[in-house]
Amino acid sequence: MAYAAGVDVGSTQTKAVVIDEGRAIVGRALTDTGANVMRAAENAFQEALRNGRIPEEEVEFVVGTGYGRYKVTFGNTQVTEISCHARGAVHMFPRTRTVLDMGGQDTKAIRIHPNGEIIDFCMNDKCAAGTGRFLGAAAVALDLPLAELGPTALRGERAVKISTTCTVFAESEVLSWLGKGKKIEDILLGVHESIGARSIGLLRRVGVEEEVTFTGGVTKNRAMVETLNKRLGLTVNVGDESHFMGALGAALFGLDRIQAARAPAHAAPGTRGAP
Amino acid sequence: MSRTAGIDIGSTYTKAVVVSEYGTILGFAMEPTGFKLAQAAERALARALEPSGLRREDVAYLVTTGFGRHQVGMGDASVTDLTAAARGASHFFPNTRTILDVGGQTMKASRLGPDSKVQSFRLNDKCAAGTGAFLEKTARYMGYGTEEIGPLVATSKAPVTISGVCAVFAESEVINQLSEGAAPADIMHGAIVSLVDRSVQLMKRVRLEPEFTLIGGILRFDRMADVVRNALGAEVNVPPGELVQFTAAFGAALLGQRRLRRLEMERAGA
Repeated sequence: MAYAAGVDVGSTQTKAVVIDEGRAIVGRALTDTGANVMRAAENAFQEALRNGRIPEEEVEFVVGTGYGRYKVTFGNTQVTEISCHARGAVHMFPRTRTVLDMGGQDTKAIRIHPNGEIIDFCMNDKCAAGTGRFLGAAAVALDLPLAELGPTALRGERAVKISTTCTVFAESEVLSWLGKGKKIEDILLGVHESIGARSIGLLRRVGVEEEVTFTGGVTKNRAMVETLNKRLGLTVNVGDESHFMGALGAALFGLDRIQAARAPAHAAPGTRGAP
Repeated sequence: MSRTAGIDIGSTYTKAVVVSEYGTILGFAMEPTGFKLAQAAERALARALEPSGLRREDVAYLVTTGFGRHQVGMGDASVTDLTAAARGASHFFPNTRTILDVGGQTMKASRLGPDSKVQSFRLNDKCAAGTGAFLEKTARYMGYGTEEIGPLVATSKAPVTISGVCAVFAESEVINQLSEGAAPADIMHGAIVSLVDRSVQLMKRVRLEPEFTLIGGILRFDRMADVVRNALGAEVNVPPGELVQFTAAFGAALLGQRRLRRLEMERAGA
């Protein structure tokens, strides 16, 4: 049995996925990226192997992706996270036309052709507003664990309007609302709406076409999912694998390479139709 | 005796200055603004009165300025921080034509006419990368407090390049630089260069016209003025010592003197 793996080294977390020849996920792992990026990549990969009880030598091709993809020193090649998220999203939700990937330090909107190819994308990577970091800052300011943010916001009734754009200034705005006696639930609902509004702005720049698939670490936050659904007036695709979509896409590209190497030269992709 | 006071309620600090009828500074004090703006303003004023032994009722006219001026609900009048800063800066340096004010959460550039009045201005209060918060964050990522920035950067030999796109993302940049062996002093110096690049852009938008006067809390770090001088290739004025942070409060107090005299003249004429 041959396997392919994808390792997605993100700014905050590193994800690894191992798939079999039938494209099914057989092992996966999630670790904090931390300061030693190379070790994070290795750790995530080893943990995914243990998770699926797969001997390392049976993994024939490893693809690195994410901002730290060149630190996946054991990888056979690298693919950008835009391509990987699109690939993973189309694999899990074949009718995907738009992808919103919300990670720790950037948010990306990707538009996809019905044939699965990327038509357009844009990203917010110059400014932390509208990324997972905005939630992280609110968590620090309110002294709440990240996992509590969504459930707490869902209990909110009247969202507080967050007026600052910059994440740094939002931290003090959150505290000043607390000082003015606003409920944490309503403040957090406001924080989610602020991020939702920014990411939808990004989506509109590539054009929103159904179905919309939501990927990245923030997909685990129910309040964010509901905010997006409400603001977009549709239901975004989210699954258990959404957090691993980049790594899954990378693994799928790896499987392509394995299969291309096995196929006779004349049938290899890209040479089809050649004289 | 017609003493007046100016209180500048800034995003980070609240500053108060008390002046005599001759425009001499009788006392000044600073308090963190926090979330209770009126309390911070009262405390700063009380402390500014201490050196002269004056009481609150000895202040004949009180002018408030700064972003929090509408929220404190005190004083006889309020003026914009640009007007107050223009008055304070031209008191120190009468030929001032361009003012750069870098505070904790804002950066402002204004152009003054020959009459020392504000003709045009630009400000950044949307993004921390162009304000003191950027330096504070950078220092904090390296384990230094705000007050350690000045002494730290004084030991720098050459700045490290810091892109300064976002104060939040600066964290990973700083960590990368530290792990590659860069000295914290040089990283801090790089953060100042990045901030100054932004401030020169802002000043260009109001036109660069000498003389340049630099004010605001961030100018208390000596290196800041050197870097601006380098970037502009021109001499810059900086108000003496701690007063660099009190320029707008001082200007507000001076405007108070002018208003007071006008009132007195009107009363005498009536």
